[in-house]
Amino acid sequence: MAIRRGRGVAAINYPTGMNLGGDPTQALVHSTPTGNFMVTLSSVDLGQGMKQIMAQICAETIGVPTDRVVVDTADTDTGPHCMGTFASRGTHRAGNAVIQAAREARQVMLEVAAEELEVNASDLETDGQGNILVKGAPQKSISIFDVALSAHFKRGRSISGRGMFLIPRSYPEKETGAMKPSTCYAHACTVAEVEVDDETGEVTVLTVKNVFEIGRALNPKMVEQQLVGGSWMGISHALYETTEPYYPNRDHGGTDFNQYLMPGPGDLAETEIIVLERPSADGPYGAKGPGEMCANPQIPAVANAVFDAVGVRIDTLPITPERILRALKAQAN
Amino acid sequence: MAKVPVQFTLNGSEKAEFIDSGTTLLNALRDKIGDTSPKGGCQQGTCGACSVIVDGELRLSCLTLAETCNGTAITTTSGLAEGGVLHPLQRAFLDTFATQCGFCTPGMIMAAKVLLDHTPNPSRDEVVEALSGNICRCTGYEPIIQAVLTAARANSQNAA
Repeated sequence: MAIRRGRGVAAINYPTGMNLGGDPTQALVHSTPTGNFMVTLSSVDLGQGMKQIMAQICAETIGVPTDRVVVDTADTDTGPHCMGTFASRGTHRAGNAVIQAAREARQVMLEVAAEELEVNASDLETDGQGNILVKGAPQKSISIFDVALSAHFKRGRSISGRGMFLIPRSYPEKETGAMKPSTCYAHACTVAEVEVDDETGEVTVLTVKNVFEIGRALNPKMVEQQLVGGSWMGISHALYETTEPYYPNRDHGGTDFNQYLMPGPGDLAETEIIVLERPSADGPYGAKGPGEMCANPQIPAVANAVFDAVGVRIDTLPITPERILRALKAQAN
Repeated sequence: MAKVPVQFTLNGSEKAEFIDSGTTLLNALRDKIGDTSPKGGCQQGTCGACSVIVDGELRLSCLTLAETCNGTAITTTSGLAEGGVLHPLQRAFLDTFATQCGFCTPGMIMAAKVLLDHTPNPSRDEVVEALSGNICRCTGYEPIIQAVLTAARANSQNAA
């Protein structure tokens, strides 16, 4: 009986969005009378940072500072349609819709500015600081504040735009079964090092080293935050979490936080996160969906590390001490 | 059933309410007084989201009867900022990206405050121990541990 070390590696290929009768998200953008911009969405921010990312995307597209954009996700009854925040789809689907809406709003904004400056709208550019300038003659300019006032009170224009991003439903080809059920794949690879006590079956994850390829990281600190939390969650799914330990039998499933196990702050593996940015062709400013993907590669990596340590293949999650001991016993017989 | 009077200070201001006997401190704070910073997670003392400070000690407000808090001084996360300036712990939670959905954050901050009040320069192990009664789903804990260590460093620099 001994504590045995093992190392495992796993790589994953993870889609963005899903294929249930089409995958749409809508966005509406409009300016206030003082040249701030509202983004109206039904996509919900549940802590992953969607409001911040959508504000960045809208600001970048219109050409204003991010703090000039307010994102309203107030009500899924009255807001523009969104399939929801799941399947790592929020940034990709809503982001593309916001770009389309913001482009349309930007065009109206430039048209009003062109009337004020008596030039062609195609000769105008934004400075990203809240001003519209004539290309090549930046001394001729107007603030977006004044453009919005003019649109609202003088010219009777609505500086607004509509955006809709739709991935149509994909049906399998009859002959081959080939289909495209999802788009925009993110990738990850994890190496996990574990110790397995072959007397108790207990697994300790020592280190977990992750590389994530997530398109462009639109907000690098928030991406890192999500990846760190996701890496921890992956280990939690590999070793601890289940509502049905004897699946499909519900018996002995956890009913509260005393019984539903998750690693606490004292059980953390040494964690490393590396982000590879390979902008995607169809993502908003090159982004993919890092959300769900980042909690997946740790699971097969830990399973492979357990195999490396004690020579048993556990193919049912979570990899509990009981499952390891039963497998070791079967192997000995 | 007759209502029971309770009286305590909440974040420095006097509060007096009539409550049903058996009301938890969590429900009294949220539903009667309107301080929703303590969160009701599990309602059985296992998640820590409802943590508040009663006379300097960390308490699970979901397991504390409000009527046992008569005459006490209660602190919640909503009372930490002074004059619009965030408490060093709140600042550190923002700066280290230690919050995502935010549901555990007030309880985490309460647990961390009690630690730093007693142990201004804690070791990492002491931080881990202090947070071990609080559950977080999003962050993987490491950013929260870093937030508490960051706040401790900021405090000691201000004191120096």
